[in-house]
Amino acid sequence: MAFLRVTSPHAHTVQDTASVMRLVLYATIPGIIALTWFFGFGTLVNIVWAGFIALVCEAAILKLRGLPVGFYLKDYSALVTATLLAIALPPYAPWWVVLVGVAFAIIIVKHLYGGMGHNPFNPAMAAYVVLLISFPVQMTSWAAPLHTLVEHPLPPGPLEAISINFGLLRDGVDAITMATPLDILKQNKSLMMEDLWLANPQFGLVGGRGWEWANLAFLAGGVFLLARRVFTWHAPVAFLLTLALMAGFGYDSGSSQSGGSPLFHLFTGATMFGAFFIVTDPVTSAVSNRGRLVYGAMIGLLVYIIRAWGNYPDAVAFAVLLGNFAAPFIDYYTQPRTYGHG
Amino acid sequence: MHSVHSIPGGIHPPENKTQSLGKAIAPLPLPARLVLPMGQHIGAPAKPLVAVGDRVLKGQPIADAAGFVSAPIHAPTSGTVTAIDDQPVPHPSGMKARCISIEPDGKEEWIVHQGVGDYTALDKAELLELIRSAGIVGMGGAGFPSAVKLATDKPIESLIINGTECEPYITADDMLMRERAADIIAGARILGHLIKPGETLIGIEDNKPEAIAIMRQAAEGSGIEIVTFPTKYPSGGEKQLIQIVTGKEVPSGGLPADIGIVMQNVGTTAAIYRAVVHGEPLISRITTVTGDAVAVRGNFEVLLGTPIQHLLEHCEFDAGAASRLIMGGPMMGFALENTGIPIVKTSNCILAPSRQELPGEVPAQACIRCAMCAQACPVSLLPQQLYWFARGKEIEKLEAHQLFDCIECGCCSYVCPSNIPLVQYYRAAKANINKHKQDNQRSEIAKARFEARQQRLDREQAAKDAKRKARAEKAKRAKAAGGDAKADVVQAAIARSAAKKASQDPAQAAIERAKSARSGGQPATTPEQKIAKLEQRLATAIEKRELAKGSGSDKLDAFEASVTTLEAKLATARSELPAQTVTTPKAKVPDSDPAQAAIERAMAKRAGGAPSESPEQKLAKMEKRLATTRKKLAQAQAEGSEHVEILQQSVQKMEQKLEQAQRQLAENT
Repeated sequence: MAFLRVTSPHAHTVQDTASVMRLVLYATIPGIIALTWFFGFGTLVNIVWAGFIALVCEAAILKLRGLPVGFYLKDYSALVTATLLAIALPPYAPWWVVLVGVAFAIIIVKHLYGGMGHNPFNPAMAAYVVLLISFPVQMTSWAAPLHTLVEHPLPPGPLEAISINFGLLRDGVDAITMATPLDILKQNKSLMMEDLWLANPQFGLVGGRGWEWANLAFLAGGVFLLARRVFTWHAPVAFLLTLALMAGFGYDSGSSQSGGSPLFHLFTGATMFGAFFIVTDPVTSAVSNRGRLVYGAMIGLLVYIIRAWGNYPDAVAFAVLLGNFAAPFIDYYTQPRTYGHG
Repeated sequence: MHSVHSIPGGIHPPENKTQSLGKAIAPLPLPARLVLPMGQHIGAPAKPLVAVGDRVLKGQPIADAAGFVSAPIHAPTSGTVTAIDDQPVPHPSGMKARCISIEPDGKEEWIVHQGVGDYTALDKAELLELIRSAGIVGMGGAGFPSAVKLATDKPIESLIINGTECEPYITADDMLMRERAADIIAGARILGHLIKPGETLIGIEDNKPEAIAIMRQAAEGSGIEIVTFPTKYPSGGEKQLIQIVTGKEVPSGGLPADIGIVMQNVGTTAAIYRAVVHGEPLISRITTVTGDAVAVRGNFEVLLGTPIQHLLEHCEFDAGAASRLIMGGPMMGFALENTGIPIVKTSNCILAPSRQELPGEVPAQACIRCAMCAQACPVSLLPQQLYWFARGKEIEKLEAHQLFDCIECGCCSYVCPSNIPLVQYYRAAKANINKHKQDNQRSEIAKARFEARQQRLDREQAAKDAKRKARAEKAKRAKAAGGDAKADVVQAAIARSAAKKASQDPAQAAIERAKSARSGGQPATTPEQKIAKLEQRLATAIEKRELAKGSGSDKLDAFEASVTTLEAKLATARSELPAQTVTTPKAKVPDSDPAQAAIERAMAKRAGGAPSESPEQKLAKMEKRLATTRKKLAQAQAEGSEHVEILQQSVQKMEQKLEQAQRQLAENT
């Protein structure tokens, strides 16, 4: 035995950063399955491709920075960033879009800002916004959900997805894409909600077809992470409640000017994915419980504002980046009351 | 049922208590040697009352309290004092401190002692004196002298006896409550008589059902209530337990007594009972020995001063299997650097974990601000923010985020998925800030001193100018008055100046001074005098520090620092002493007769041919200034003026300068 001069505490939980990151990865599985079921294998192909790029970029940058490569690669953080970005991207985004996005996320947003734990912006969302602004066509071609296209009722299988994404069947991509429910809602000027619903096969029970299931699956994954105490309920619940509340205000029971029902907003687009996998990113969010309530609510508010009145159909990425900007400011005003201070 | 409140945060580490709960509290064979540190408590170390070679009896006081916040120490058994020297003591830094070593004679011969039949007949002061002279200090870990805590004259609403024992592994209080519940209840009644609280509560975590049942039974009819609450670390912290059982919070920087609460540990309470009713001072305590690296786990009645080595041998310690050796629990205990360290009044546990139980340090990863630490913090701090600020040395932000309210319970480090040693950062940051504050204080003082001097010089200059002006005018008037008068005036002035010269000839004065010095006067300060003075100052500083401790003053750190500086100075002065006694005469050899030199100097001056300021004159001037400053210092000390420190510093500086000048002079001549 060595007589070590070590200070308390001597005990430690078994949990480490890698295990937290692994849990996050596991929690995305139901959502990925739902996306694959309804939109084909594109997302899976993107995840594998993005993961590969992420690990290469991360290793290269770590080496350049003179940090132990193996030690930091093992924390799975690069894989989490890559997976989250790949889920957010259109399933049939070309390979170079993914490459640019992941490289930007890892090299610029993460490492140039100081690396793990130091980045002020969510890498996946910052990369998403860069891609959306740079390549609007590729970024807004979302796949048609299962059974909505007459000539292409089943979404692409694994091989077809690979050939589309890697440019072999690039021309085929138009044949399998359709406007998303949020696009349709944004373009709608004349139809009542009920008629809009009937006129477009992309709508499902309460949200978009397929989208609502993907959202439910991400919700399930989020609840799993909550139960495992990976994060607290504050930010996601504040986000979802604010979004639902705003949607409630903007929903005049279905006129042509209506902004979509609260349920529609909760179960369409990136809502649940954003609530449990993006808003909860600890590095870039506010730190205290109260701060996270404010942070989540602010993002929920922004998401609705951008969806209803902005230029882009979905808004989670923009809203999260604006929230990231505000996080230090929120922290300053939401410091908890310490024991013994009146 | 008394209602309980919840505290924020907290953790549920594996309890690991059953390992040491299997057997009754067992006595330990006498060790070959007992080592009793003089500082087993918060406050001034006790002063030895015995000498090497003395025979002492069991329970005999061997060291007395040195000041108000201090505690005496008693011989744990009969035997002979073999040494009074510096030995390794239980301290996170692994430092050495003054200890009395006793070789037991095995006779266990008690000193004559006797309890008090009816303590209710005693008044508060007498009862407090009994507790004080029994050397009783907080046995839960802090070691604050109990009599000081109980001497409060604030109205006390709740007396809380702490039987929480929330740290994993430790079961000393649990076993005490199971086996000596009656002692604890009797002690609580004594405390109740002493401070007359509105209610007396005993707080126990609900993971000790046996102790709770036994304590409830013992407390029946006494009006003392047993309060149980869910197990969670760190419920047993003083501030946390107060929040749990009363819902109140001790104000930041305040004491429990400020909100009408006094808390004592169960072990302390039982010890107070033994002291008052049986007249037995605190000479032993119950210590848990546990962990996978010892074969025999349990609780032992250990004599204070027993080397841990003795305890470990008895418990079949396997050094090869242990990952470290901890005094205290796994959350707040400290690692020991050798096994010769003795058990003291606050040693509740010796933990010898295997490598599987408490593996070594894991390299820290980057903080991802997951805020698990903030969820775990029992005082609602934001540990992750404190960590970033501590790394950036952002003192203002650290203070704005209440770093000094951190109780160092270790919950944040425990839950951190990145294995960041957060508490270590906070300890370092606290030390840095304290140092920074002291530096600031010092420069403030220097600034004030400089400005005061500048003002004084300006004032003196202005006064001089005014005088000169007045004189000039007077002369002008006299001139105008006429020629006859003028001659008289001049004559008078000459006579005056002659008289002045006769009475105040500086050279004459110097000659006389020098003569008197030769005839037996001493140089201004001998090293011995200096040491004596330093000792005196150290004593004052220690006293002040203890006062500050007692009153919970925020200047405590400053006093502490001054004590350490003085100690260091004293040590240097002592070490220089032999050297100086040799060098002093040597230095004086060239101008073997200072008086003669002074006479010559004075003569030269009178003759008018001396340089404007010879080194000798400079020296004399310095001596004079030093003497004046000393006088001022004495006056300031007597008045308790706030300038004492400034003056002390200037005296030191002058002494240094003087010494330098003397050395220079010796070299030049």
